[in-house]
Amino acid sequence: MSERTQYKPEGIADEFVTTSASEGVSTGSTAGGGDGPRLPVLGVVGWLRWTWRQLTSMRVALLLLMLLAVAAVPGSVLPQRGPNPDKVLEYLGGHTTLGPWLDRLGFFSVYTSPWFSAIYLLLFVSLIGCILPRVAAHARNLRGRPPHTPARFGRFPAKASAFSTASPDDVVAAVGAHLRRGRVFRVDLGAEDARGERPATRTVAAERGYFRETGNLVFHIALLGLLVSIATGQLLHYRGQAIITEGRGFANAVVDYDTFDKGAWFRPQELSPFSLTLDDFSSRFASDTVAFAQARDFTAYVTVTDADGSASKQTIKVNHPLTIAGAKVYLQGNGFAPEVTVRDAKGEVAFSGRVPFIPQDNVYTSRGVIKVPDVSKGLEQIGLTGYFLPTAVINADGTARSAFPQPENPMLVLQVWSGDLGLDAGVPQNVYKLDTATMTAATGSDGKRAQVLVAPGQTVKLPDGLGTITMSKDIPRYVALDLRYDPSLAWVLTFALLALAGLGVSLFTPRRRVWVRAWALPSGDTQVELAGLARGDDAGLQGEVDRALAAVPGADPPTNSATHSATHDQEEPR
Amino acid sequence: MTSEQIGNLSEVLVWATLVCFTIALVAFAVDLARRTDARTTSRAAEKELVGAGGPAPSTGSAAAVVEPVETPTRRRAAGIAMSTTVLGDLLLLAGIVSRGIAAGRTPWANMYEFTLVGSFVAVTVFLVVGTRRDVRFLGAFVTGIAAVFLTLGLNVFYIAAMGVQPALQSYWLVLHVGVAISATGVFTVAFAASVLQLLRTARDGGAALMSGWRWLDRIPTPQSLEALSFRLNAVGFVLWTFTIIGGAIWAEHAWGRYWGWDPKETWSFVIWTVYAAYLHARTTRGWAGTRAAWFVVVGYVCVLFNFTVVNLVINGLHSYSGLTS
Ligand code: HEM
Repeated sequence: MSERTQYKPEGIADEFVTTSASEGVSTGSTAGGGDGPRLPVLGVVGWLRWTWRQLTSMRVALLLLMLLAVAAVPGSVLPQRGPNPDKVLEYLGGHTTLGPWLDRLGFFSVYTSPWFSAIYLLLFVSLIGCILPRVAAHARNLRGRPPHTPARFGRFPAKASAFSTASPDDVVAAVGAHLRRGRVFRVDLGAEDARGERPATRTVAAERGYFRETGNLVFHIALLGLLVSIATGQLLHYRGQAIITEGRGFANAVVDYDTFDKGAWFRPQELSPFSLTLDDFSSRFASDTVAFAQARDFTAYVTVTDADGSASKQTIKVNHPLTIAGAKVYLQGNGFAPEVTVRDAKGEVAFSGRVPFIPQDNVYTSRGVIKVPDVSKGLEQIGLTGYFLPTAVINADGTARSAFPQPENPMLVLQVWSGDLGLDAGVPQNVYKLDTATMTAATGSDGKRAQVLVAPGQTVKLPDGLGTITMSKDIPRYVALDLRYDPSLAWVLTFALLALAGLGVSLFTPRRRVWVRAWALPSGDTQVELAGLARGDDAGLQGEVDRALAAVPGADPPTNSATHSATHDQEEPR
Repeated sequence: MTSEQIGNLSEVLVWATLVCFTIALVAFAVDLARRTDARTTSRAAEKELVGAGGPAPSTGSAAAVVEPVETPTRRRAAGIAMSTTVLGDLLLLAGIVSRGIAAGRTPWANMYEFTLVGSFVAVTVFLVVGTRRDVRFLGAFVTGIAAVFLTLGLNVFYIAAMGVQPALQSYWLVLHVGVAISATGVFTVAFAASVLQLLRTARDGGAALMSGWRWLDRIPTPQSLEALSFRLNAVGFVLWTFTIIGGAIWAEHAWGRYWGWDPKETWSFVIWTVYAAYLHARTTRGWAGTRAAWFVVVGYVCVLFNFTVVNLVINGLHSYSGLTS
């Protein structure tokens, strides 16, 4: 219906609808012929072209979108290696036949698996193939003119007509001026020679909503930009995690982190040289019955020393990371790291240090391990496992539990092992796990496992004469800090917002065409006819035509209701 | 009043809302049933007109959500239904506000509160659309879904009003969660329209199961329902896109990464992709209409799944139902 160059992805149903029940909405079956994949008779080039056309067709884009949605699901049901390596091992242990197969097929790292990547990469190839020609076509259309006034208005969904005492020239000029207001419409005034019974006429052809396609293209291109910036971030980023206790600190160097993880293009010299000390840590918990022991606030007070030696005091809170030299430091966890001293059977200090205990619940029942390898010659190594309880309550049966997350009545509850810690085997060990394969548990006189309870400032004898254990009076707190650097963040955000803006423009910009034809009647009056057409469903189309009608000068009489009955009424009878 | 008393008042208001919505549901249903006979005759007349080259029943335009032939009978039941719906919605608003006062924060931080605000948005969207065109045929479905939400909320998800943990203390709670719930409310109304579209298409196509469902003849054509559903889904989709972007910004602040495929994030992505596929399907030859409507159904099921199963069963960082701790 327009002589302009149009690019349409294969299979798009993207017409300005003239007929009533548009094909789009009626059935689910394939409408229109010649739409199915036609097998080419050409050779390799033909095949390639055919494949490309299919790949960039709407139907394949749709299929890939559906596949992407389905493919994302297993990762939310099965444990994933990235965030939960332990859970994956647990799952593999529990599902000895199914597990390895799922593993081979990449179901434990879905979002980096070849099949998931294949789907979204294909989708984006399809996107590029679809977008490029559309951008070219749209660039031409932006300079295009509205399509000529059609010969007949009979089939259009929105219509109006009126008689006017003004001349056809004046009518067309006035309506044209109305439509041009606000530069929403692109307007062409025209003239037609007499045709058949109809005398020469003046016409207006107007179109609005070019930005709809602009928005759509911006949206799709922004998605591409989003993917590229995310990928770049993955290559350049680094992330380090460190546990530090009150009064101590760390320097921003790979060796100072407990775990460090980096992108392929990261170089260690990019770490900006600063150091950070934890001065104090404060926490607040609700103590009312409704929300008992729920966390209310965590704040880490730190001193940051820059490369040039200047120091500044800062705070880090949940939701409020600290930014240092482009990197962000997050408060990811906290707990208690009691200072413990263990003396062996000979009375020598075999271990002395702060031991972080990891909270397991909201009352900070915290688990930890103390490994004591450096005992005097001839003695067996010692391992202690158990809990730190900030507010210990001893139950009637002798077991202990924590009643509140703050250190009201701190206590260590430990089991004691002796033997070989297995540290010399050269295999890296988890510091939070005791390998008891070559150790024996100390037992009490009743044959049960012995437990030692240690209060702050207390020294307690270990069973079996293994030595003593002391806990310091003050219980230092620790924080788990995450330091992250990702130079792509600003780009990711920019493209995300661009996509959102493009989407809004594309979905809410009406695309309408309005035509007017005016000619002189023998009586001396002017007959004016208007028609409107929209792309897709458009509730405001008749209103647009009615407003154009209202701009007709000297309308006689200004009969809105009469024009309405001439059209299929779009408005609701109230 | 103490905050505990205000909290109790809020609960009473929500119960009152539930009563209103239930009455509205019944009245809307009565209205649908009553109008059946009147409409069947007008439908036959309409068919003749079309056959005779008269105006087609619809132009595929959203404004065509109209009764082609309005029967002059007064719709008393519909009137009662609309007023109780408005009343219920106001009571619910009061319930939400008092809940916020009792907790001393934005009143959408746990599942119980999500059900309140989600129902409120759904019913409000319905009422707002209703000021511009007659969508009373949707009333039974919207108030019905809202009543189910509130019943679940009061009986399954209920927890007393209280403050929130540090990770939730952010203005993003207002924005991200608020917009997410609004999107859910909008999707709810769109879903109702799409389901009706599918039912009516099936009945028009002569589905044997639907032969007794004469009330389906009283609702607008599948084309108009499709148009209504699309307009709402478009709004919902933009809101959902914002939800995801806002969530990513918040996650960057709170958890130190903007995206981590946490179950909640994953399902939000799945929902987004399904609705994106829906928007594509609408404009893909052979997929528009009935097939596209199924995407709305699948999308909405995913929304509900994300809200219920992902919150309660699949635990991730987003476990803020308040029910486990
Ligand atoms: C990453 C994958 C994609 C996503 C998430 C996506 C998403 C969307 C969304 C949400 C819309 C509706 C909003 C609007 O009209 O702007 C849309 C429209 C559109 N998309 Fe995509 N799209 C993707 C890939 C593609 C591909 C590969 C093609 C080409 C085959 C394509 C062609 C179109 C077209 C032509 C429209 C306009 C439909 C209309 O006129 O209403 N898209 N897309």
